[in-house]
Amino acid sequence: MTAPLRDMTPAERARSTSFYEASARTRLELLLDAGSLIEFIGPEQREVSPHLRIFDLPEQFDDGIIVGHGRLDGSPAFVAAQEGRFMGGAFGEVHGAKLTGLLRAAREIGTIPVLILFDTGGVRLQEANAGELAIAEIMRAVMEARAAGVKVIGLVGGRSGCYGGGGLIAGCCSALAVSEFGRIAVSGPEVIETNRGVEEFDSRDRALVWRTMGGKHRRLLGAADLFADDSVQDFREAALELIGLVGPFGLDGLKAEQERLADRLRRFGACLDAVEIWTISGIAHAETIPELPTDQFIALADRIGRTSRDAR
Amino acid sequence: MEDLSFRHHVRAPAGGARKSAIVGVVASGNLEVLVERVLPDAECALEIKTAAVGFGDVWRAVIGDFVERYSPGGLRFSINDGGARPDTVSLRLAQAVRLIAEHGQ
Repeated sequence: MTAPLRDMTPAERARSTSFYEASARTRLELLLDAGSLIEFIGPEQREVSPHLRIFDLPEQFDDGIIVGHGRLDGSPAFVAAQEGRFMGGAFGEVHGAKLTGLLRAAREIGTIPVLILFDTGGVRLQEANAGELAIAEIMRAVMEARAAGVKVIGLVGGRSGCYGGGGLIAGCCSALAVSEFGRIAVSGPEVIETNRGVEEFDSRDRALVWRTMGGKHRRLLGAADLFADDSVQDFREAALELIGLVGPFGLDGLKAEQERLADRLRRFGACLDAVEIWTISGIAHAETIPELPTDQFIALADRIGRTSRDAR
Repeated sequence: MEDLSFRHHVRAPAGGARKSAIVGVVASGNLEVLVERVLPDAECALEIKTAAVGFGDVWRAVIGDFVERYSPGGLRFSINDGGARPDTVSLRLAQAVRLIAEHGQ
């Protein structure tokens, strides 16, 4: 029997709540210190998409993203959380503008970190031009915030993953934490198959999808800095750890990142499957990686030691 | 899309003092309910935007039952519906009344 909700401490609730299953609101409520979230442009303001009505589609009062500020272990933090179940968490005009505004506010202040809880398939097709522009604006806003000294932390573990423009924005962040379910990529499985054929990528081969885009591979490649178990409490602890780890942002870091990516391409560019990459990386029995329990996987990933901590 | 609107007289105000609350997500078979304490104690109103056209009678029945059971006086419900079944609608409405009665802003 699980204890009744009201008898549990916030940390216990966060520990027993799946990040993957939770709504964006529940994630933020449990990720931040209890009761500390103040939402900007909340649902009662009804800043809905100006486009969906034209397509006879239902709107959501927050346009699928919650932005605001709160406290993380007592320290202030800006937060944004996408709702992956509303239109696949996709970026539209209002959705994107809320995140851009949050990042610009963080840039002006300069010292408060930003946590972005990604859960997105990319740009919302019904407002494609506005959505594409939003992605560009957000990427610029992330880089400007980082240049002003802001740590921008991405957390990826939602049902829609982090695809399309979301994957590009994630690539701009200071650091990322990912769970096993947190797929990160630009083109999704079906998009690759549609454009390049089933021989290039079979989107129905779930094991292939997970080992190509899933959290474990992203962690081993160094694209994600931390691997988190799938509870909101694990993501909270990962966010705190990353805020502590992220170093200053500047030209040296960018050069190191360029070098890291060039080296990655040199070493793995000819590989046809993630298992080959893991094997070349020196992992014995690489084919067992997808089945490894979280604690064993984290120990392995830490031993391999590849992170982007000096780069990015 | 279809817009529906209902207004009821109720016997008692809803519990709690919170100004607003929101539950649910707009997705296939799901809905969001934004509830705000903005009306006189003896009234409640529901504004619905639904993707499923032609179910006005079902909404009328579900809401009539909800109002009778919970007496949500003073509350305005704004609903974005992605084609939820009546039982899901009833559940979300009950959750909204419960949430706005809790402590908080």
